[in-house]
Amino acid sequence: MYSEILLEHFRNPRNMGRMENPDGVGKVGNPACGDVMHIYIKVGKNASGQEVIEDIKFETFGCAAAIGTSSMVTELAKGKTLEEAEKISKEDVAEAVGGLPPIKMHCSLLATKGLRKAIEDYRSRKGKGDGGEGGEDSQHSQEG
Amino acid sequence: MRAYLDYASTTPLDERVLEEMLPWLKEEFANPTGIYSLSQRARQAVEGARERVAEFIGASPSEVVFTSSGTEACNLAIKGYALANRRQGNRIVVSAVEHMAVLEACRALEKHGFEVAVVGVDEHGCVKPEELEKAVTGETLLVVVQLASNEIGTIQNIRELAEVAHERGAAFFCDACIANGSVPVDVDALDVELLAMSAHKMYGPKGVGALYVAEGTRIEPLIHGGGQERGYRSGTENVPGIVGFGRACEIAAREMEAEGERIRRMRDRMVRRVMQEIEDVRLNGHPERRLPGNANFAIAYIEGESLVLELDFAGVSASTGSACTSPTLEPSHVLTAIGLSKAQAHGSLRVTLGRFTTEEEVEHFLEVLPGVVERLRRISPFKRGGEEYV
Repeated sequence: MYSEILLEHFRNPRNMGRMENPDGVGKVGNPACGDVMHIYIKVGKNASGQEVIEDIKFETFGCAAAIGTSSMVTELAKGKTLEEAEKISKEDVAEAVGGLPPIKMHCSLLATKGLRKAIEDYRSRKGKGDGGEGGEDSQHSQEG
Repeated sequence: MRAYLDYASTTPLDERVLEEMLPWLKEEFANPTGIYSLSQRARQAVEGARERVAEFIGASPSEVVFTSSGTEACNLAIKGYALANRRQGNRIVVSAVEHMAVLEACRALEKHGFEVAVVGVDEHGCVKPEELEKAVTGETLLVVVQLASNEIGTIQNIRELAEVAHERGAAFFCDACIANGSVPVDVDALDVELLAMSAHKMYGPKGVGALYVAEGTRIEPLIHGGGQERGYRSGTENVPGIVGFGRACEIAAREMEAEGERIRRMRDRMVRRVMQEIEDVRLNGHPERRLPGNANFAIAYIEGESLVLELDFAGVSASTGSACTSPTLEPSHVLTAIGLSKAQAHGSLRVTLGRFTTEEEVEHFLEVLPGVVERLRRISPFKRGGEEYV
């Protein structure tokens, strides 16, 4: 049912855990639906001065597909510019984990939503001159 | 080390059952409908098995109809009774914790003008007679409650519930598929008109079930054809399956009591250890009135599918009521009916023991469970004392 890549990420998740003082947080999903992801990012600058995801971590409550795609999205996003990271699609994630059963496609969607939410949160904090919580997303109707 | 702890899903075939089935899969292949001796032997085998199954539940052989599964037996009971007796009323009352075979059969009848009322249960999964009284109106023709839950193991007081139905002129159908072979079943003591059984839940083969239809109870067949099973269920009899079912009943009748004690002791010890060694875990279902082999835990902060997969990697086969393993992505209706939040239901783990379960298997499960739970809790954003988890 699951690909070897996905199971490998499920068993050995990359970038797993809570981040101290993140620059942005994306919280998506709902425990009632069985999937919740928290994505934490630290933003830095690369040599050409663009904002990049310097560090990224996740915490996930959910099935193997939810945990595996969370792990994969953090790998795909790490080191990318914010613009590049935002463009990671659910198809990119699903492909990177070696495909997902149709009923689990929403997990890859949730992972990309979590990442975008974290970037959005970073930008809104920056706009407000840092500080403040945010990135909550309680809408889950399409996310699982 | 592998530990198979999913006996509620299906049981391994008992060697003794297989032995008895083999000739009927090989040289004794004849159709029991024929009149030559080869066929007559098959006929005798089927009727011998019918006697064994009937005796096992305290019925007459003429009251046993063989079907292809427990699911078919449930469908035949509900649809067959409703269609044959619709002049008596159009209301069917079912408990909220029934198996999908029952709930979906009832739902299908709604399309044909029947009204289905669902009765809730208490926190342990028990149907309360006073709640049933409210639901069973004069229009009710059938009341359906399982003998025990395949998920949480809770055993219902069927006799008391059947009395409520009978007082109001309704018949009673009891789904005993998961209870058979674990607890004694006597149709007279239970006082039911219809009772469903399944062979593969009691060390018999898959693909065979039975419906007890009390004498004088009318049902319409669902499958029409050559008129086998006295017209209640056409189709050439599954001779090896039926023979195996008979043997499985005969073994269970002799061994169930001692076996139940052994399984119960192992289960109780296992439950105690899980409750001691893992924080924030609850036992779902009734503390005492439950099947001897059933344990169902709600393990907080984690989700059941990942738990079951991790256990599988560690050599343990168990199951969960989490949505993530169901095609509808909805958590178990049984767990939400006993008051668990959806999040709690997602974190359920069902561990069921049976005839061939060894102390070593249980020990292996107990050894690997804490590590697996701890690992998934590290990944989860929900932690002890955190507020977001409901």
